[in-house]
Amino acid sequence: MAGGFVYNAIDQTEVATAEIYGKAIADIMLNDPKVVAITADLAKSTKLGDVLKVCPERVINVGIAEQDMFGVAAGMARAGVIPFVSGFSAFTSMRACDQLHTDICYQNVNAKIIATHSGTSFGQAGSTHHAITDLAITRAMPNLTVIVPADGFETANAVNAAYNTEGPFYIRINRGFDLVLYENMDYGFEVGKAVTINEGTDITVIACGSCVAQAKKAAEFLKNADGLSVRVLNMHTIKPIDRDAILKAVLETRRIITVEDHLVTGGLGSAVAEVVVDSGKACAFKMLGHKSFAMIGLQEDIMADAGIDANGIIASVREVMNKDFEEDNDWDDEY
Amino acid sequence: MALSKQEWLDLEKKAHELRHLTLQTTVWAGSGHLGGGLSVLDLLTVLYYKYLNIKVEDPKWEDRDRFILSKGHAAIAYAPVLCDKGFNDPEMLKTFNLSGSKMGMHLDSNKVVGVDASTGSLGHGASIAAGTALAARILGKDYLTYVVTGDGELDEGSNWEAFMTMNHYKLSNCIVFVDRNHNMIDGNTEDVMALEPLADKLTAFGFNTICVDGNNIKELCDAIDVAIERSKEVQAPTCILMDTYKGAGLLSVQGDYHCHYMAIDDETFEKYKAELDQYYADRVARAEKEAE
Repeated sequence: MAGGFVYNAIDQTEVATAEIYGKAIADIMLNDPKVVAITADLAKSTKLGDVLKVCPERVINVGIAEQDMFGVAAGMARAGVIPFVSGFSAFTSMRACDQLHTDICYQNVNAKIIATHSGTSFGQAGSTHHAITDLAITRAMPNLTVIVPADGFETANAVNAAYNTEGPFYIRINRGFDLVLYENMDYGFEVGKAVTINEGTDITVIACGSCVAQAKKAAEFLKNADGLSVRVLNMHTIKPIDRDAILKAVLETRRIITVEDHLVTGGLGSAVAEVVVDSGKACAFKMLGHKSFAMIGLQEDIMADAGIDANGIIASVREVMNKDFEEDNDWDDEY
Repeated sequence: MALSKQEWLDLEKKAHELRHLTLQTTVWAGSGHLGGGLSVLDLLTVLYYKYLNIKVEDPKWEDRDRFILSKGHAAIAYAPVLCDKGFNDPEMLKTFNLSGSKMGMHLDSNKVVGVDASTGSLGHGASIAAGTALAARILGKDYLTYVVTGDGELDEGSNWEAFMTMNHYKLSNCIVFVDRNHNMIDGNTEDVMALEPLADKLTAFGFNTICVDGNNIKELCDAIDVAIERSKEVQAPTCILMDTYKGAGLLSVQGDYHCHYMAIDDETFEKYKAELDQYYADRVARAEKEAE
């Protein structure tokens, strides 16, 4: 397997992130008759329109039945087909959790899950449709690679990487449009390797998904307003996590904030914390994310309410910078 | 592939040997799901020794027929079949359920050769089978997919999702068996969660439903012959509803839900061996008579 979908900056401003998936998978399927798209009555919502135009016979709609969808995908993958399974994150992670665990991950099949409408990107739909536990769930699944792309370019890269890599993938993308982070697809995307969005020496903000653009904005503001040098890491791969980038941040900035459109329990922040604790190196640490079920509303309002937008990140950076944290042996005065 | 008398008797003999091996494996393991293992063992025998187009020397042959044991706890009977066929070393049966063994209570398809799906969590196999059958269509292959579910297992709604998919995509290349042994852990299926009228339900979900005595080799083969003939056209899938005895062959306990999971002491072991021999003698006599 090789190649993959490429698109340009003109598309980026006009195409929703899920539509990038639709175009990427259509391109892959056009070139590989073994690839199949499976969905549970969400062909339109998960943007499979382009696929339906090029190879409708390889779009399998199982109806509103996520458990069946994952079992069907596992059976197909075992037989040599490469299924791309798309559905809302809330249901791909929770409604079919046992099938994800046993049929997909335990059997270690070559199935790709595209989880759309992630985090609070379907904000007005309320908590039934918010996916703020999915990273905790999928991160706990052996064999599964978990990716949270930050924009459309990264979504295309993640889909291509999943296609070109044997094994199960969970790719978590948003509903609607994401803020543009990259200028094109050629920024060196590599599964399991964080991307440095902003160099910095005072503090590191580690973000994923829609929070990366917010962290970038916060870093730019803090540079001008406070003279702070904020490192921003796009931790697009939640599993396997980039240990080297985290340890480098611990040693070089001694202060870390994680930010995610997910519960603070079990997601990106927890994954980073595990690495930090395991390293035995102390560092000031704060996790930003939802503390409970999120409010109903527009995603930007929900993110502001949870303190995971640029303003929330700015406030948290200032808070953590004011903590007395030193590299000495006096542990009593440390954060 | 009509069943000749000799073939029938040969399959009876094989099923008898496998029943003994299943009982022996339960003793080696200390305990096991004997009831649901023995109820489905005639089907396993018929499929593995007459119908499945598989190659022991090439277990992952991509054109092979697939078999999915959705009622994964029947591994206590399935593992002996896979060993007897030559997919795995029969010595492995002595390690069944033991710490560090490749063979556990529910078989891992990445560890036990010849297993097409890792099952054990109930209600998964039918969807996996539907996907396997759909893949055959997409890849242009002629293999058949066989899947067997338990009857109590049908309480899981996911089975019915899968049945809808089989019907919607007209997966006649997928043959479903239901092991209707009438019992589950807590009692008779009709007391725990009523399934009847089960044949009507299966038919309403789009199956060509065939009801057979699932502990009768001849009836099983006749039904499978019909299902295979139907598989040659894209049409409704076939479900073979097998009326069976839980613990078939253990004459003193068969049909009792308590035989779902059993530990066997030496005295009981000897008693059950004698019962299996009597059961075999009765079945051979029946075969001799009915094959006339």
